[in-house]
Amino acid sequence: MSDPPPAPLLTLRGIGKSFLGVRVLDGVDLEVAPGEVHAVVGENGAGKSTLMKIVSGGYAPDGGTVEFAGASRTFRGPRDAQRAGIGIIHQEFNLLPERTVAENVYLGHEPVRRGLVDRRAMLDRTTRLLASIGETTLPADARVGQLGVAQQQVVEIAKALALDARLLIMDEPTAALADHEVELLYGLVRRLQERGIGLLYVSHRLAEVFDLSGRITVLKDGRRVTTVDTTDTTADELVRHMVGRELSSYYPDRAAPEDRGPVRLNLRDAGNQKLRDVNLQLRAGEVLGIGGLQGSGRSALARAIFGVSPFTTGDVTLDDRPVRLRSPRTAMRAGIAYVTEDRKGEGIVARQSVLDNALLASRAVFAVRSGRTARTARVRELLAAVEVRGAGDDQEIRFLSGGNQQKVVLARWLALDPRILLFDEPTRGIDVGAKSAIHDLVRRLAREGAAVLMISSDLPELLGMSDRIVVMRDGRVAGELPAGATEEEVVALAVGTAREAAQ
Amino acid sequence: MQTVQRRTLPLRLPRVRPGGVLPILAILAVLVVLVGIRQPDFLAPPSLMSFLGRSAPIILLAAGQYFVIVSGEFDLSVGSLVTAQVVVAARLIDGDPTRTWPVVLLLLAFGALVGLVNGLITTRLRVPSFITTLGMFLILVGAVYLWSDGAPKGGLSEEFRRFGRRAFEDVPVLGRVPYALLVLVVLAVAAVLLMRSDFGRTLVAVGDNPRTAELSGVRVWRTRTFAFILSGLAAAVAAILLGGYSGVSFQAGAGLEFGAITAVVLGGVALGGGRGAVVGAMLGALTLELLFALMNFYGVSGALRSTVQGAIILLAVAVSASRSSSR
Repeated sequence: MSDPPPAPLLTLRGIGKSFLGVRVLDGVDLEVAPGEVHAVVGENGAGKSTLMKIVSGGYAPDGGTVEFAGASRTFRGPRDAQRAGIGIIHQEFNLLPERTVAENVYLGHEPVRRGLVDRRAMLDRTTRLLASIGETTLPADARVGQLGVAQQQVVEIAKALALDARLLIMDEPTAALADHEVELLYGLVRRLQERGIGLLYVSHRLAEVFDLSGRITVLKDGRRVTTVDTTDTTADELVRHMVGRELSSYYPDRAAPEDRGPVRLNLRDAGNQKLRDVNLQLRAGEVLGIGGLQGSGRSALARAIFGVSPFTTGDVTLDDRPVRLRSPRTAMRAGIAYVTEDRKGEGIVARQSVLDNALLASRAVFAVRSGRTARTARVRELLAAVEVRGAGDDQEIRFLSGGNQQKVVLARWLALDPRILLFDEPTRGIDVGAKSAIHDLVRRLAREGAAVLMISSDLPELLGMSDRIVVMRDGRVAGELPAGATEEEVVALAVGTAREAAQ
Repeated sequence: MQTVQRRTLPLRLPRVRPGGVLPILAILAVLVVLVGIRQPDFLAPPSLMSFLGRSAPIILLAAGQYFVIVSGEFDLSVGSLVTAQVVVAARLIDGDPTRTWPVVLLLLAFGALVGLVNGLITTRLRVPSFITTLGMFLILVGAVYLWSDGAPKGGLSEEFRRFGRRAFEDVPVLGRVPYALLVLVVLAVAAVLLMRSDFGRTLVAVGDNPRTAELSGVRVWRTRTFAFILSGLAAAVAAILLGGYSGVSFQAGAGLEFGAITAVVLGGVALGGGRGAVVGAMLGALTLELLFALMNFYGVSGALRSTVQGAIILLAVAVSASRSSSR
């Protein structure tokens, strides 16, 4: 493609953004031409979502300029960006299920005649709009709740077009689609291109990125690594750009082979709605890392083991005895602990004291067995041992830093003397000091004989902590890597470029 | 020249912990002073004791409501439950003193059963408790009318009524101490102890964040159902005291649910759960009753009661909402 590039539709220069002092985006440049599909790829946490929110007016950048259609812009909010002609299709649709297609498309700017909504004009216009993007089978008066996911996506796109969008942002548009629906989306994207609409296409799936995009921008740790023409690159090269960072931080020593004990937990062909045919062994004394993209089944795996959404197929054995882990309680009684990913939503009871938070599980499950005073004394010891700082035990936990909150959650589980620990993103949103304290603690638990399963999106952490790494993709185990694997190997398994190699 | 380093110290107000009982104590103190100025006699032991005895039912209902609210739910059925209990008691006892104790036990069982049904419908069938207990409210009202053919029948025995109207006479200093006050004190202490127990702490945690509680092994549905049962039991005790004090009528419990909710909110308990003390809820009820007494002394029409309650609820919730959003 050597045509002279048309004047860009969108130009981002030096975009920066910090949250609570954490730099999420740093000096990002990006251009989208009319009719171009520009893909943005990167690991979880690379800054893609934040960048898209800045373009669509959800966040204001701390630094840099946004130029759209030849003028410099400062959007005061999503509606402002919409009016300017920037539409965004989120992963989660923003539709009213009880209304018709037409009502959704024209929500908030219905055609009006004599002070009343002109329903016929609305239906006609919607039908024409849908036809213009090649969608002729979707009735404008169908109720949105009855439509399939792919058709709802069409409605979302029509909604943006009804607002005269000239730039469309698509955030993981195929995540919810079945394989044959992806084909339909491809067709749709091409027709949007023909209309001269610029597309920013965010996706984890490299295959799509190669099928659709003209250029690809790779983000890593909030910075733009490179922008390449799609025809000039390969999947392997992209993966290398997405990772490849110095492994600079310190991690505790791994388990020596003789430290690894017998198999504690054994999953055979285990599955449920989100998982299929998972075969996995977790040994005493080891830290088993679970890698994979968001939605690949990592968290679903931990939640199935812990009985939150239990396995429905396959066999689970615990110390060679078959078990059915139907609920968190049964899992806890079997000696399993689970530190959730969403600390605020599922990990803490924010307005209760540190002590109450740390006692929550023992009170709920082993209340009768252990004496009250002894239990409280033990939990206070644990709180001291994990070094919760900056607060008395009677302080409400919400006033603590993320790292200290996580230590309290840890103390809650340690009070139960678990033999299997499931950690889901144990150090997300935690400062560096607390992070290494938690790493040390995880390793110490393994050394003392616990079986540890640790999910992490933080590749250096995953590689630095794990004795083995299992990578998930689409609800299955995509492959297993030994300690000392590289980031590229993990990402290749996670995005599926190494499918053949893994099998 | 010496430079004097000045660090601005963080403003050290006595920290009013959200959900604590300090604010309600302050309001109560102000009301006591106002009453003392207007009607000093009221604070003398005889009238004070009888006031406390009279307030016992609503204070107990507030405690019952507290358990439900702090766990994140509502119980709108307690008012009609009280009415139903009083009417049922009158018809079953029908003036026969030997039936007093069996009927008392029956009322307690009935209250617990209504709470159990409220709890199970809310937690197992996932009907919002606001709707569940509103439905129960209507069902009880209708059922009582139906069962008694539109007018209360029978009558309470004197043995039954003594809980609500009799007192220990000639107590040193205090004079006359109503039985109701004794019942209140015993149950209030029990409520405070319960809230310090594992169950109590778990109950508040459930109201704070049911997801976290569930994932820490708490059976959220059981915990909440038990809170409804406690509220039903509180209504039963309140009915026994009220029936004794004011007799049998279809109006015996009218509006008590809102009184109880107002009291709980006034006592610093967060609607939606997770914060507040049972003592605060009970003090809230006492404050509300004292406020009504004060209105009475100033000749304000009793018809304004519900208006005042409504205003208090709105104000209290607005204050707590503005405080929690500023965190």
